[in-house]
Amino acid sequence: MTFWLLLTVNSITFGGLLFLLSAGFSLIFGLMRIPNLTHGSMFMVGAYLGTTFLSGTLGFTLDFWAAAVIAALEVAILGALMERLLLRRLAGQQLAQVLVTLGVSFMVADLCLMGWGGDPISVATPAGLGGFVRAGPAVFPLYRIAVIGIAVVFAVALWLMLERTRLGAMIRAGVDDPQMARVVGIRVSQLFTIVFGLGAGLAGFAGMIGGPILSVYPGLDQDMLPLALVVVILGGTGSLLGSFVGSIIVGFIYNFGQALLPELAYFVLFLPMVLVLVLRPQGLFGGQVL
Amino acid sequence: MTVRYALLAAAILALIAVPYAITEQYYVNIASQILLYAVFALGLNILVGYGGLVSLGHAGLSGAASYAAAYLLAAGHGHVVAIAGALAAGLLTTAGFAALSLRASGISFIMITLALGEIIWGLAYRWISITNGDNGISVATRPAPFGLSLASADGFYDATLIVFLIAVAACAIFVHSPFGAALAGTRDQPRRMNALGFHVWMVRFWAFMFSGLLSAVAGILFVYYNEFISPQALALTASAEGLLMVISGGAGTLLGPVVGAALVVIVKNVVSAYIARWNFLLGAIFVLIVVFMPEGLVPGSVRLFRAAWRGARRRKPAAAAAAPASMPAGEPKP
Repeated sequence: MTFWLLLTVNSITFGGLLFLLSAGFSLIFGLMRIPNLTHGSMFMVGAYLGTTFLSGTLGFTLDFWAAAVIAALEVAILGALMERLLLRRLAGQQLAQVLVTLGVSFMVADLCLMGWGGDPISVATPAGLGGFVRAGPAVFPLYRIAVIGIAVVFAVALWLMLERTRLGAMIRAGVDDPQMARVVGIRVSQLFTIVFGLGAGLAGFAGMIGGPILSVYPGLDQDMLPLALVVVILGGTGSLLGSFVGSIIVGFIYNFGQALLPELAYFVLFLPMVLVLVLRPQGLFGGQVL
Repeated sequence: MTVRYALLAAAILALIAVPYAITEQYYVNIASQILLYAVFALGLNILVGYGGLVSLGHAGLSGAASYAAAYLLAAGHGHVVAIAGALAAGLLTTAGFAALSLRASGISFIMITLALGEIIWGLAYRWISITNGDNGISVATRPAPFGLSLASADGFYDATLIVFLIAVAACAIFVHSPFGAALAGTRDQPRRMNALGFHVWMVRFWAFMFSGLLSAVAGILFVYYNEFISPQALALTASAEGLLMVISGGAGTLLGPVVGAALVVIVKNVVSAYIARWNFLLGAIFVLIVVFMPEGLVPGSVRLFRAAWRGARRRKPAAAAAAPASMPAGEPKP
């Protein structure tokens, strides 16, 4: 019983992390119609930058949360720069844009290997969250509960941003019909930069938040990117609710699969994706067919 | 036209002469690598260049064949069984890939093939009881068809060259057949092809199967060349390398993927002797080619050469400046 409870909490925690990662991926896909194949790299770079701020190799050390926020901001700037300097040159050529993100993801992976070495770096749990929560016979790590809380806060904030602000309305318009949005005077190309930066920042933040759970290692990017792909194929592109539900589903399948069928965990993970592709190609909550 | 055939004959003769002209085994092995990757790139090119369907999971197809061959050999079966089993495994995997990914085209096709390729990689990496996980499977011997041993570098090169020439001929026949024309039609105008009565899905499916067959053949060559297979050969990097070969050489041309394979293998082997940062270079080449020479090296240099030729003949600077800016039809459009 305790085993199942713990597994459930772990699944929801992982789902929350995946949501932070895939919300941006889904928005970028919805708006720009390209899968951002650097999204896993953004996750990894966020985590590496965060650990650097924690380790004190720069001559100062930051608090965990400050490190996470600053790493996220830096990754957001990197993402926005990449959109401005590279993807913008290839506006309208989606295939070329995808290939460029793929190329950049290899460059980033190699630069990280050069900069931070090949050994995994573990990230200490932030102060005050190292404890445990008791619920009857089960004991839950406090940090994992906190991650769920953070994911929920971000989900609500993103939802409010998209539904209640002017910027959100412009993004929604761009997702629904970029040409019409341009006609009514929305600067869609500027939205591209904003959303790309926002998505990258969220991914970088998720990387640091996930650090105490996953640690940071070369190849983390290639581990996370397919998960974001599956979430978005499951939930549908450009849909926040879709990313949320998709993330929770993938979180559960990933954790339960690893516990019950360790050899086939990766295979089981992709089964729901296959089912969705066959039965409902637009994803559970997506408007447009993939 | 006769110039073309003469060039072709000269190229084939040059390829046959490689093991005699080069005595050092290392370089003969690199030549074998180029040819076996060229087979892979030719297969991918059928889909990318002529079908307009960019796959990022093709290493999964060749990998499935490699693993099947290695598994059957390790289980004590002969080479004939292993090769037949590998082809069957490659084709079955291809059919599965095609059935799922051909629901989409364009960008979504990339995403689905990427995810499917990752599944195969995940199976190779995690299904340890079958694949031996990260340690991979070793293959003890190379086959000896008709009593000719492939154990030496020269012997393997000759066998690879024969397979390569058959693959090139098969691609040329395929591309120039009515079916190849139909495939190019589904790339450029899928709805019109549909209206004309072509079963677009079926055309794409059989093109995918042909592409998968070539990938499986390349996978078998790969496993015999290295006498070893591990999940690394199935990673996204491997699929991306294949795509780089096709795009850098020139998608939708017969020569492009071969030139691309030579470029990637040579750069990889030569550069890795000096720096360990091959992946960085792969990414950088990818970005540069996509941004600056999207049609690939072969059509790109043909365009430059023609422009220079015309400029030199007319002796008019204005004519050289107004070189054709239009892209050749080979560039797949999403």
